[in-house]
Amino acid sequence: MTDIPARQADGNSAPMAHNVPVAAGRAAEAVTTKMTARDVNVFYGAKQALKNVSIDVSRENVTAFIGPSGCGKSTFLRCFNRMNDTVDSAQVSGRIQLDGKDIYSPDMDVVQLRARVGMVFQKPNPFPKSIYENIAYGPRIHGLARAKPDLDIIVESSLRRAGLWDEAKDRLNESGTAMSGGQQQRLCIARAIAVDPEVILMDEPCSALDPIATAKIEELIDELRGKYAIVIVTHNMQQAARVSQKTAFFHLGSMVEYGDTSMIFTNPVQTRTKDYITGRYG
Amino acid sequence: MSLSLILVVVLALGAMAYWLGRSRGAAMVVAGGHRIGAVHSLPGYHGAWVALLALAPALVVLAGWAIVGEGVVTGQVLAAVPQDVRPVTPLDTSAFMNEVRGLAAGDIAAAFNPAAEAVAPQYRAIRGNYNLMVGALALALFAIGGLWAFSQVRPDFRARNRVERVVKWGLVLASVVAILTTFGIVMSLIFESIRFFQMVSPVEFLFGTKWSPQTAIRADQVGSSGAFGAVPLFWGTIFIGAIIAMIVAIPLGLMAAIYMTQYADARVRRVVKPMLELLAGVPTVVYGFFAALTVAPAVRNFAVSIGIADASAESALAAGLVMGIMIIPFVSSMADDALTAVPQAMRDGSLAMGATKSETVKKVLVPAALPGIVGGVLLAVSRAIGETMIVVMAAGLAANLTLNPFSSVTTVTAQIVALLTGDQEFDSPKTLSAFALGLVLFVITLLLNIYALAVVKKYREAYE
Repeated sequence: MTDIPARQADGNSAPMAHNVPVAAGRAAEAVTTKMTARDVNVFYGAKQALKNVSIDVSRENVTAFIGPSGCGKSTFLRCFNRMNDTVDSAQVSGRIQLDGKDIYSPDMDVVQLRARVGMVFQKPNPFPKSIYENIAYGPRIHGLARAKPDLDIIVESSLRRAGLWDEAKDRLNESGTAMSGGQQQRLCIARAIAVDPEVILMDEPCSALDPIATAKIEELIDELRGKYAIVIVTHNMQQAARVSQKTAFFHLGSMVEYGDTSMIFTNPVQTRTKDYITGRYG
Repeated sequence: MSLSLILVVVLALGAMAYWLGRSRGAAMVVAGGHRIGAVHSLPGYHGAWVALLALAPALVVLAGWAIVGEGVVTGQVLAAVPQDVRPVTPLDTSAFMNEVRGLAAGDIAAAFNPAAEAVAPQYRAIRGNYNLMVGALALALFAIGGLWAFSQVRPDFRARNRVERVVKWGLVLASVVAILTTFGIVMSLIFESIRFFQMVSPVEFLFGTKWSPQTAIRADQVGSSGAFGAVPLFWGTIFIGAIIAMIVAIPLGLMAAIYMTQYADARVRRVVKPMLELLAGVPTVVYGFFAALTVAPAVRNFAVSIGIADASAESALAAGLVMGIMIIPFVSSMADDALTAVPQAMRDGSLAMGATKSETVKKVLVPAALPGIVGGVLLAVSRAIGETMIVVMAAGLAANLTLNPFSSVTTVTAQIVALLTGDQEFDSPKTLSAFALGLVLFVITLLLNIYALAVVKKYREAYE
């Protein structure tokens, strides 16, 4: 897993949408498409937040959404687990599929969808419960553990995978909110992992953290790559370059460019992308 | 010349002083060519300053005379009464002077006491003279103050700063009055309670289980033992206000709040929430007769139908049920605030885990909002145990120490009403016990409020 991103990326899953320029790429490794989005539009009341966005998210790669504030990247991310349902004024149109099944179709149960597509938020939001209870929350509501020993195993393995076990094992009964910001965010990642999702959405997971905690989260994302399809929204271009293999650049509600991270950052096709990457605006 | 007429004249002159000061200020502004800085204060401030200096001393003199004047006049009138018919005790003096005043004002045609009729004209004369003197003094002070202030009206005179300072002290005075009144109420409670505890031991009052405040007037009277064990009253208060009412109010209020904050859409919330809060605006006496005339008979019929033959027409259950309904808005609006204050991130986190709405409410929102909800419930309890009308009308006056919700119980507030209604002598333990009961109630609700506010405040800090 230490290959440089450019060699992992491939061109086969390159964008299929009509308005997305195709990034050049060489077939290196087979990738499986986990989620696809086609012609997604999102309106908040009369205001259009997202315009005709299409994208494929693969299981093996970390996909980063970058772009200036208000460009629609977080709105788009929240379409993948239907979190926009909780916003009364939001209207989503278009097609988003998980393993080929439309997640907005009437027979898709949103509870199951969210168990399969987990989410980590901008600000760490552990529940005001103990560390143990924070992790056990998801498995409990989805009935994943029959007895306490099963639950103990899930809690331990989730914390281990989130790299938090050594720090948390002696204080499982302390409140999750008593941890440091970086620990809280890793706790939230562990909480998402605990229900064994297929996709993890991360909405600017490091924006409230200091550089050291950020480095830890990035390390963790790299370790989780391949086990879960990961989509990360970030403000920080260096972060996108460090953790992702595919990058999509959003501007004013449209997806301007989508391709291999190495290409986007070294040789973008669109001038708007280039201007953003070189710091002309944003 | 009556005092009120003098007062009206002085106030009218005050308005004139304001107008004069204002006009002179306005003239200065014109003379200064409307430049900023040419005249320090706006004309209105000059007017207010002149009016203030003119009115303040005059009003102080009038107020002082209104307080001490009657005493001075009374002294002189009594001195004019012949020694042999002069009233001696304070009570006689008061009755005598009432007749004199009535005659002097023309309210009554004749007095029982011929001596009063004799001095009535004198009273009128003395009173009139004094009023004239005081009126003249007030007007003189008015003129001196007004003229002095008027002479100060110059472009560089800082009238605004002075008026603002007076305004500030006026506001301080207003708040001091409110605080002192509260302090006075507490003091009167304490002093009357001390008198009561000199007659009845505090231990008997606080821990005795027999309440029968009728004291015997004659030695051979039956059934008027005068027992002051207040435990049945405390129990009744807690039984109705803190147990039955809360069994009604906590689930209903909490669930209403959950519906309002989590399920209702904005339109429903806009209509239903004010309607729920309207419950808090219903006068408690209306709840009282609702309890007494509608709920209490229904409760009694229900009790009889399930085989409790001796069910009372006034029951703890009826009063508690209605009180619970009354308390719902308190619980629901505090719970509403507490639930709304839980950060959206918490809710999103739970929903993103695949939790349903009700799981999110049950496992995340309510536990997170619990301190705020508990604070609201404690405030509601303190409101419920101080509530009077419902229990007076529906709970009865029998001091029973019972667990049976269908039997009649009484509360601290209902007893206080019973003890102090009608003509009462204020030196018997029966009447004074009302103050002791009031003191206990005051202390309990004060502690509950302090604790509840501390809980709510601490909880708010946790999320800010």
